Amino acid sequence: MSDIVIAGIGMTPVGEHWATSLRELALEAIEKALHEAGGLKPQAVFVGNIHAPVLSRQANVGPLVADFAGFREVEAATVEAGGASGGMALRAAYLAVASGEVEAALAVGVEKATDVVGASVESATATMLDADYEAEQGVTPAVQAALIMQHYMQTYDVPREAFAAFPLLAHQNAVGNPYAMYRKAVRAAVYQRATMISDPLNLFDAAPLADGAAAVLVTRRDLLPPETAQPLVRIAGFGIANDTLAWHDRDDLLDFAAVRASVEAACRRAHCTPNDADFFELYDAFSVYVPLILEAAGFAPRGEGWKLGQDDTLTLDGRLPILTMGGLKARGNPGGATGLYQVAEAVLQLRGQAGDNQIPRARRGLVQCLSGPASLAVTTVLEAL
Amino acid sequence: MPDHPEPQLLRPARAVGIIGYGAYIPRYRLPAREIARIWTEGKGGLPIKEKAVPGPDEDTITIATEAARNALARAEINPADLRAVWVGSESHPYAVKPTGTIVAEAIGATPYTQAADWEFACKAGTEALVAAFGLVGSHMADYALAIGADTAQGRPGDALEYTAAAGGAAFVVGPAEESLAVLEATLSFVTDTPDFWRRAHQHYPEHGVRFTGEPAYFHHIGNAARAFLEATNTTAADYAYAVFHQPNTKFPQRMAKSLGFTAEQIEPGLLVPEIGNTYSGAALVGLTGVLDVAQPGDRILMVSFGSGAGADAMAFEVTEAILARRHAAPATRDYIRRRTEIDYATYVRWRGKLVMK
Repeated sequence: MSDIVIAGIGMTPVGEHWATSLRELALEAIEKALHEAGGLKPQAVFVGNIHAPVLSRQANVGPLVADFAGFREVEAATVEAGGASGGMALRAAYLAVASGEVEAALAVGVEKATDVVGASVESATATMLDADYEAEQGVTPAVQAALIMQHYMQTYDVPREAFAAFPLLAHQNAVGNPYAMYRKAVRAAVYQRATMISDPLNLFDAAPLADGAAAVLVTRRDLLPPETAQPLVRIAGFGIANDTLAWHDRDDLLDFAAVRASVEAACRRAHCTPNDADFFELYDAFSVYVPLILEAAGFAPRGEGWKLGQDDTLTLDGRLPILTMGGLKARGNPGGATGLYQVAEAVLQLRGQAGDNQIPRARRGLVQCLSGPASLAVTTVLEAL
Repeated sequence: MPDHPEPQLLRPARAVGIIGYGAYIPRYRLPAREIARIWTEGKGGLPIKEKAVPGPDEDTITIATEAARNALARAEINPADLRAVWVGSESHPYAVKPTGTIVAEAIGATPYTQAADWEFACKAGTEALVAAFGLVGSHMADYALAIGADTAQGRPGDALEYTAAAGGAAFVVGPAEESLAVLEATLSFVTDTPDFWRRAHQHYPEHGVRFTGEPAYFHHIGNAARAFLEATNTTAADYAYAVFHQPNTKFPQRMAKSLGFTAEQIEPGLLVPEIGNTYSGAALVGLTGVLDVAQPGDRILMVSFGSGAGADAMAFEVTEAILARRHAAPATRDYIRRRTEIDYATYVRWRGKLVMK
């Protein structure tokens, strides 16, 4: 069968878009992706979005976005899987094309976190946890991550300062990303002084929820219009795995088992190993997730993932670059769009269009978004053709 | 964003200015670290050092009255010659029955005077001031009094509790020939932007958290200031001093920097670290701090901001007359120095936050 390729990508800057509505934000990204795709039109639209029904009082986001983008008689639906919504929207687009049911499918993630301000936004994010057994007890994503961080530090005797490496790396890389929310490097002293959110997690240990939209148009290689000018990137494989929703139900509290299963499955599909990836766009919603992801993906032994941040292994020049365009921490975390920002950024790397952040000779990228602490892990292997 | 029509600079038909000015700040101070002690176990950053708290027998009326008396002392006019006593505040003691009538009677300005109340969040006082310039500038009157004063209430535990303070400033407006500072022009920039509001029967205001920053404070002051500078063909370097609305320390510093003003230019008018945000008093009290030290020939730019939202920009040139009349009333710094520290419990009792029945 013909390769499933990415015909076009589009992103809006991530930030606080007070004056732009949910639908306008989505359209901005869609128009960019369609423009790149040289006139190719999708027959299916899958929208990654988490919070619109609560924050914007808007459900039915799939049909809303399809209508506002001017599509008619297309399939349209919202795909929601917490933080992994963007990755699952791409999955839906991929399956639609790979099955032969449609010729082109659009995955677009959009989030308008600023339609509401204050405590209700945090309440909304808590709906991604187990409502009856976690949120009801006062747990929010940040609180949950703080508990994980405490447990990780105690179990493996990890110094508190070790976590600084990941947000600092994210901010350093975001300097070169024009779409990033925060484009200034951050000094270690600023991390030490940062406001406490939930002991021991401070302001810089948590990626900011923000507004943004990212679109990825998927088609078969043999259906690409001749006008397509972009270097080609194919979706080599997906691996998707779930785990318990509530963190306290895990067999092993410090094992992101879904990360392991999804990386193994994606690499099996793509006929490669994780070490064959030139970079890893991982889901740094909280700094403690990073070492846990690296351990479960097989890049470090249990309890030692944090050590990879202590030298330049994870930098753009290192042997395992992560957060190449700022990650969730510095590019920002626009909820249901995040998984598609990760894919778009990986595509830029594989096309050689990552500017100052270009990883030389990037041929294969590992991209992964998570719902919570790997309650669901969606891993994609992308390859330059 | 929609396109704006051409910026409109306002100049009066005859030259007018400030012929008297005066501030009043209550003596009580609640340190920000004391608020943090109660709400955050002392942790986290503090937006200011301390705020002024009104005593149990003080309110917007008493603050406005004492500021007005100071302004009249410097103006050296008969208060019966005032044709308007306009008080801008977001804490008028009555919803219906003006603060203005009580102040007017207390200072001897009744009965031939206007006395309605003004409200536009923190720029109510500067709106009253622009109107006073208009009343005198049109020859309808020779003297008018505009006051901005507040006893702002902060919701307990809210970020704004650190800064919601009490104080006020009064300005007697009159002909340029009698002025301590002559008005050059005004320009206002107003949109419907709900960044901060209080419904009629609510005790505390609500606000849009981060929405109060770029889309509100910086957007309105920035537009008013840039339009004013362009319309008057001036830059930051043409002014000896600038005063901006000061809800905290960082916002006016950032605003000043973005317009090209130095830290020295805003220093005498930046009083929020020591007295807090006096809301309708804020920019005006800052202006009195500048007038206390300005020299003849100095040009001063002031840009207020009121939530809802809008900004009033205006500039003045200080005259020789200020040297003699400045000392007729206490300096604003005298009120700032006059300080009695209180604790959170005393503040809660005096500000009526205890449920008594």
